[in-house]
Amino acid sequence: MKSVSRDLILSFESSCDETSVAVIENGDTILSNVVATQIKSHQRFGGVVPEVASRHHIEQITSCIKDALTQAEVDYDDLSAVAVTYGPGLVGALLIGITAAKAVAWAHQLPLIPVNHLAGHIYAAQLVAPIEFPAMALVVSGGHTELVYMPVENKFEIIGETRDDAAGEAYDKIGRVLGINYPAGKPVDELAHRGQDTFNFPRAMDHDDNFDFSFSGLKSAFINTVHHADQIHEQLNKADLAASFQQAVIDVLSDKTVRALREFPVKQLILAGGVAANKGLRDRLTHDIQRFTNTKLELVPLSLCGDNAAMIGAAGEMLYRHDVRADARLNADPGLEFEWLKQPQQN
Amino acid sequence: MKILAIDTSNRPLSVAVMDDDHLLAETTMTTHRKHAEFLMPVIEDLVKKAALSPNDLDRVVVAGGPGSYTGIRMATTAAKTIAATLSIDLTMVSSLLTLCLNVSMPVGLINPIFDARNENIFTGLYRFDNQGKLVSVIEDQHTNLTDWLTQLKQYTEKITIIGDTDAFEAKMRSALPNRLVVADQLADIPSAARLGIYGRNITPVANVDSVVPRYLRLTKAEADWKKSHPNEDTQNYVEKI
Ligand SMILES: [Zn+2]
Repeated sequence: MKSVSRDLILSFESSCDETSVAVIENGDTILSNVVATQIKSHQRFGGVVPEVASRHHIEQITSCIKDALTQAEVDYDDLSAVAVTYGPGLVGALLIGITAAKAVAWAHQLPLIPVNHLAGHIYAAQLVAPIEFPAMALVVSGGHTELVYMPVENKFEIIGETRDDAAGEAYDKIGRVLGINYPAGKPVDELAHRGQDTFNFPRAMDHDDNFDFSFSGLKSAFINTVHHADQIHEQLNKADLAASFQQAVIDVLSDKTVRALREFPVKQLILAGGVAANKGLRDRLTHDIQRFTNTKLELVPLSLCGDNAAMIGAAGEMLYRHDVRADARLNADPGLEFEWLKQPQQN
Repeated sequence: MKILAIDTSNRPLSVAVMDDDHLLAETTMTTHRKHAEFLMPVIEDLVKKAALSPNDLDRVVVAGGPGSYTGIRMATTAAKTIAATLSIDLTMVSSLLTLCLNVSMPVGLINPIFDARNENIFTGLYRFDNQGKLVSVIEDQHTNLTDWLTQLKQYTEKITIIGDTDAFEAKMRSALPNRLVVADQLADIPSAARLGIYGRNITPVANVDSVVPRYLRLTKAEADWKKSHPNEDTQNYVEKI
């Protein structure tokens, strides 16, 4: 069944608490996407413990490879390349995927493609429809909150990012105060839909003349409100608390995104990352995008918002076409970042 | 039998390619800690220099711990992935035992030691039996020097210490008067060639996919959890979704 036009990428993702291996055809079709999640393990500790994460990755890695190939009904001979996340993420966790990917690439003499985890989140969109350039991506997850401008393919430029907590991190922290275990994004989202924005928490930096975010002030305001009520034995409505928190997050994310779209007209806006699964945020951007008649909104499907290797394979295929290669020395880069867009007028 | 042997348990990196008991190529170095960066290039280089291709390998032998967590994970991940992806045998050997293979003229008992910081050590006790076979006398463990010395005092033979011995030698000498022999410095560095020869005769693991390093120590988070949840099931914390 092997055809000359068929590019098959075996991809690896292990940057945090999911071990994932996928086979992607021609950069846009998922043949398999095996994800072994460690959430249950880290829930014991209320968050991801890096050494525990590394230990789980090594338990899972080769069985994930086998499952991915079996489900895709392909063999090593069919593969064109191996792609792997090399950052950002937890160094010990990243190293398991990297070492395994390097071993497979060497054993079968395949090219090795280094993939930025955030490019992977953005390229999850490619598994739904081709990305059209120029494009903008709002990447929101437990570790990241970034606006990324992509003037052409394989050019990623940060135009704004969080100055403190990531949006997903803020969800986990206020979740703890509400008695919701990590990961708190989904339960807080559900709770928020049953409440009203009555607390009017601060929208930090919403009116600042930049595209940056800040969520630590919001988090503190939330925690102070709850602690103050506890001290005077007042019972606050949890649904209203969640709704008020979520509304503040969504307002800032969408206001900044709208402003970015005005300054950088694009054909496509991509919402990606774990927090992209948030229903409130999806609804709001779906509404806001209507003002931009030349911009299409691409919501990464819920099944591909979290960390997975399919998205790494999609980004890997693009990099493969651009001749991006790594050799056997490839190491983890836990603080890997895109370049900032040079904006002389803001200096 | 073409064998690839790997040890990155601690600071030294040692990799060898063997044809049965015959050494084809070996690299051993102590000058860096970046096993993540150096391990695969060294493997690639040695297999090439041995005029082999990855497909020619029959077995991977790995020193699977104890040792530095990252070090034993690098070696074990590379070893289990190479074995799994090429469908060849994988043999796991204790990293402490691997060091004992360096003692060519053993006197009595052999005590390999890895420094685990704060007076803690990874250690075990071995001897060569009458057939010249290396056997375990006290099993590998994570312990502190004081408790270990109590265990050693049950034996009356001479003890050769090997590995990270500098920090512990003085205390051990006074606790075990006239019984301590210190191995020469080169013997403190593992040799993948000797590991390969040893691993050739060890039964391979039955299930490569389930192989994990021998940490011999829970993470702090898990140890604390176990204390507060003594009856909790510790399996199946990871699910394929
Ligand atoms: Zn992610």
